[in-house]
Amino acid sequence: MEKTLNTKFTYTEKKDTRSGFGDGLLEAGRKNPEVVGLCADLIGSLKMGAFQKEFPDRFFQVGIAEANMMGLAAGMTIGGKIPFTGTFANFSTGRVYDQIRQSIAYSGKNVKICASHAGVTLGEDGATHQILEDIGMMKMLPHMTVINPCDYNQTKAATMAIAEHDGPVYLRFGRPSWPIFTDSNQKFEIGKAWKMIDGKDVTIFATGHLVWEAVVAEAILAEEGISAEVINIHTIKPLDEEAILESVAKTGCCVSAEEHQLNGGLGDSIAQTLVRNNPVPMEFVGVDDSFGESGTPMDLMKKYGLKAENIVEKVKKALARK
Amino acid sequence: MEKLSIDQLNKTCSQVRRDILRMVHAVNSGHPGGSLGCTEFFVALYFNQMEHNTNFDMNGKNEDLFFLSNGHISPVWYSVLARSGYFSVEELATFRKIDSRLQGHPTTEENLPGIRIASGSLGQGLSAGIGAAQAKKINGDNKTVFVLMGDGEQQEGQVWEAAMYAAHHKVDNLIATIDLNRQQIDGLTVDVMDLQDLRKKYEAFGWEVVETKNGNDIEEVVSVIEKAKSLLGNGKPVMNLLHTEMGYGVDFMVGTHKWHGVAPNDEQLENALGQLEETLGDY
Ligand SMILES: Cc1ncc(C[n+]2csc(CCOP(=O)(O)OP(=O)(O)O)c2C)c(N)n1
Ligand SMILES: [Mg+2]
Repeated sequence: MEKTLNTKFTYTEKKDTRSGFGDGLLEAGRKNPEVVGLCADLIGSLKMGAFQKEFPDRFFQVGIAEANMMGLAAGMTIGGKIPFTGTFANFSTGRVYDQIRQSIAYSGKNVKICASHAGVTLGEDGATHQILEDIGMMKMLPHMTVINPCDYNQTKAATMAIAEHDGPVYLRFGRPSWPIFTDSNQKFEIGKAWKMIDGKDVTIFATGHLVWEAVVAEAILAEEGISAEVINIHTIKPLDEEAILESVAKTGCCVSAEEHQLNGGLGDSIAQTLVRNNPVPMEFVGVDDSFGESGTPMDLMKKYGLKAENIVEKVKKALARK
Repeated sequence: MEKLSIDQLNKTCSQVRRDILRMVHAVNSGHPGGSLGCTEFFVALYFNQMEHNTNFDMNGKNEDLFFLSNGHISPVWYSVLARSGYFSVEELATFRKIDSRLQGHPTTEENLPGIRIASGSLGQGLSAGIGAAQAKKINGDNKTVFVLMGDGEQQEGQVWEAAMYAAHHKVDNLIATIDLNRQQIDGLTVDVMDLQDLRKKYEAFGWEVVETKNGNDIEEVVSVIEKAKSLLGNGKPVMNLLHTEMGYGVDFMVGTHKWHGVAPNDEQLENALGQLEETLGDY
């Protein structure tokens, strides 16, 4: 159905966002000799093999020992290294929360925590691996920057950008092959929301894989005569409050969309901004206080209400409350 | 449950291996390598060594308990649970599909009989097993707790926190086992992060250590578990170092990490099934 729709962004190729990370890391490594990589027995899954091959002296296999990896990374910043850690999102956050909290965030260390297989779209491995709480945990930490890019190109650009940013960063990406609909030469500005589609009736704020769903939702809504603005919130923290407020001042209602728990996610952050400044009707697309499960990525997107159709439904709800 | 003979155990192993391969093939995902390597161990436990009740009860009082810490080898566990009567073998066909009780990694959320705690995030199962063993002691229950871990999994710090605790608290109703297949995702454990001498390490931590030289020989697997049991009750936890071959039973899968988490395609499945007799009927 996506193909017959007149979406404002289109794609000819699909690729996993984790490959954007792997390719971005390689380029960041070429540009800056201080960049080092660490991985906990998931080099292939994280696409860190090319970096390892080109910079064997700047790459460290730590084995299945994520807590140790976070401590090592924090230590390597003392002496000027810029460590990029790689493992699945669950083992990058929940498993090592206190190590990140004390040794990285509180200590203000320049570590880039790079997390693949986030959300339900990792598919068949199931709920033990499908973390849906990581954005919340990471955004709660003072000093932490939280980024969730939407496709291969944006993940690659974000990876290169965080190498130049001073401070701890959580970079979240995923496993499945996903449409590439953003520009390969884009400039990635941390903390700057990207208005992808202009609209006047409603704003859709989306992050990560769900930005594509928002683009599809806009096209479905357009056919029904509803004009949706689509804003890509790749940086959840610091949140671009100015862009959010400017958009809702025009549209008067909004929907957030994310592959994450509603509790603690992007929607929460936006709602806080709105309540403080301009409380307009808002609806939320995300996982509603539930763990995930095994299944294909698409079956899971449907079951957990993360598809374009779900965004459309929530848009109508928000519009009705205007 | 009636104890199966060595011959019956071997026949069961062949069927369990068929189940594993067909399960992962059907969803083109899952972990055949470790599952195939640990088949003899699971079959020995569930069909010969454990006193367990297939009419599942979470608290498992007055029966032996098993905990799988390396949860990714769920296929072998699911097959053995189904074949021993915890649920129907037909349900194996739902493995890793949406709305299934047979999740990619074992969970309690969907109430699958036989599973007492979720696993999949490595390094956590030994702690849980020790806790359950201590609960048994408090309850005056003299049955045994078994825990299986991976060798790569030994790289997690929590394993060693648990190991220290079990010896300190004299948890001597526990038999832990390590699947020593020398492989993990990124390659050989010796290249990824050398475990060095696990026997010496566990002995230094205060454990009794036994070794299964060939963990794919059912007779030896059974006899070493019996030996491990004979060491219980002496103030020390017992470790069984189980030497296996990842992918055992299928010639093109054996001995390599390449099949850690990759499913066979149609042709490979056919080839593999040709090497394993259908002894109990495919599901
Ligand atoms: C905490 C944690 N980190 C990483 C992983 C990803 N992972 C799954 S299996 C595996 C390798 C495990 O090696 P081993 O214990 O030797 O099992 P085998 O490959 O032999 O089956 C890894 C790294 C995980 N499941 N949990
Ligand atoms: Mg192993």
